[in-house]
Amino acid sequence: MRLTPLTVFASLYLLVLYAPIVLLPLFAFNDGTVIAFPLQGFTTQWFAALLDTPALHQATLNSLVIAVSTSVFATILGLFAARAATRYSFPAKAGVVGFIMLPLVLPEVIVAISLLIVLMQLGLDSGTWSIIAGHTLICTPFAIAILQGSFSNMDRSLEEAAVDLGETPWSTFRLITLPLVTPGIIASLLICFTISLDEFIIAFFLSGNEPTLPVYLWGQLRFPARLPVVMALGTILVILSVLLLVLAETFRRRGLKRAGLKDTGGFL
Amino acid sequence: MSHSQTATQGKTQPIITLEGVQKYYGEYHALRGISAEIRQGEFFSLLGPSGCGKTTLLRAIAGFEDISGGVIRLDGRDMEGVPPNKRPTNMVFQSYAIFPHMSVAENVGFGLRRSSMSAEEKRRAVGEALEMVGLGKFGARAAHALSGGQRQRVALARALILKPKVLLLDEPLSALDKKMREVMQVELIKLQREVGITFILVTHDQEEALVMSDRIAVMFEGEIAQLDDPETLYRRPRSRRVAEFIGMMNFLPARVLPTGPGGGRIALEVAGLGPAELETAQCPNGAAVGEAEIGVRPESLTVLYEGQSAEGGREAEGTVREVVYYGDMTYYDILLDGAPAPVRVSMRNMPGRRVLDYGARTRLAWDPRSMMLFS
Repeated sequence: MRLTPLTVFASLYLLVLYAPIVLLPLFAFNDGTVIAFPLQGFTTQWFAALLDTPALHQATLNSLVIAVSTSVFATILGLFAARAATRYSFPAKAGVVGFIMLPLVLPEVIVAISLLIVLMQLGLDSGTWSIIAGHTLICTPFAIAILQGSFSNMDRSLEEAAVDLGETPWSTFRLITLPLVTPGIIASLLICFTISLDEFIIAFFLSGNEPTLPVYLWGQLRFPARLPVVMALGTILVILSVLLLVLAETFRRRGLKRAGLKDTGGFL
Repeated sequence: MSHSQTATQGKTQPIITLEGVQKYYGEYHALRGISAEIRQGEFFSLLGPSGCGKTTLLRAIAGFEDISGGVIRLDGRDMEGVPPNKRPTNMVFQSYAIFPHMSVAENVGFGLRRSSMSAEEKRRAVGEALEMVGLGKFGARAAHALSGGQRQRVALARALILKPKVLLLDEPLSALDKKMREVMQVELIKLQREVGITFILVTHDQEEALVMSDRIAVMFEGEIAQLDDPETLYRRPRSRRVAEFIGMMNFLPARVLPTGPGGGRIALEVAGLGPAELETAQCPNGAAVGEAEIGVRPESLTVLYEGQSAEGGREAEGTVREVVYYGDMTYYDILLDGAPAPVRVSMRNMPGRRVLDYGARTRLAWDPRSMMLFS
């Protein structure tokens, strides 16, 4: 590769983008409580420390419960919305779909504050279920975007052909629609899971005394001695997120291949 | 099922009866009272420009569209409220709708899922169906790895494996290139003869309809304009619109003259050609005295070369305004003296027959028997 101004720019760009993330595993394995160079030596004690922190385990469990519930709810809602948007025409369709997609660009702080106010007005306790609701709100647009792709790639006459050949609407859904949309459903589940797992603002506003993993992490930053442990946890989260996104993209591409379609630029 | 029994009832037995079929989409009146009988075992075409309702009618017969009025009877049974999966029809879709996540054999055998056949019988039936469309060795192929023509064949085999009483084809050849289309036209005719199943074809291609059909219903704006066999449709179109839609037709202004008593024949004065007499059968819209139009096909006008003369002296003179050479044929646009616009004349090119030059003067022979009068 020749060294042109553009390649220099591109390299710098990638460096600025990813160098901080590379620091995470670097200090996670560093044998020293101070986050500074030079490195002190190799250790896995910070990862070991993760294992005997019960508060962390509770936070992880909260996060997993929230992320799994969110991905299931958001994907189910997305499935209905995407099918309706691609198969039927109804009055004010563009407006309705637009409003559903709006949380995609709405500042999360606003969503979080609004939810908190509503909860307080209703006199309800915030907690895990309210975070699930908030996360479902912000994840559903992603689910719709992914599933809409799956549905619009699917020729409508495929379903008609199955009915024409003797199948009922339900068995048609099971034999034709579901297999062709499944890769999209899996991609949607994985991406919603990742978004929910990483989400901080809504979780912070609504978590009360049941912190999620990101909220717990943020709390630990006040104790300098705990910083390497946070680094270790961050490392695990980064690897997990990347793995999930790669998995989601793999399923999306497999779906395209199965339907015999050309890849027209993915969601990622 | 009584497929074999109905097959023996002969060609004249109607398999489908349409009685005043209506379809509204909101305010839009898509089918305006369609009545027709489709006979057992015939190759029937619904022909018309896009938006004429032909696909809507086909989908109504298949059960994909509810009709707003009238009756569709299939093999004597009213189809009101019968869903597509319970109708003895199968369809070949315009996009073929091959299931992409299944092999060719799985696609073809899809309709047998609910049959009581044994696995072995099903396998044999799939093999026979594939053999029938010339895809004997393709069973294991992935469906999305097929060419357009092969997909078409798979769709045919898949629809025919259930031995439907009627096979519905929605513009099945429109996605193929010209060569492949001509091959498939002939194959479809052969296939239809072989299986003896009634085929209903939807097409906007008049040539395709003429080539393939036993009878054609020409549709405009939700109505059947004419239902006839291809030759009648071509020779004796009942309206100017049908005449224009089927093949090429020249129109010349004509004046209908008062007929003498005891006449039966209609006397005309045709611009560019001269006086002519027609039978009443050639005047589908009647022959009121006054201005009208005659229609004449390009092959019914003949260029006369030196020394040739027309039978009965029916000759006209004009100037060649355009020459289109096709190898086997030449099309001329000839402006006849006294006619407002040129007429198209087709001539077979034969050894020793000169192709006329642009601007040449020439004589034409014409025959009133090949004319139609439209008012």
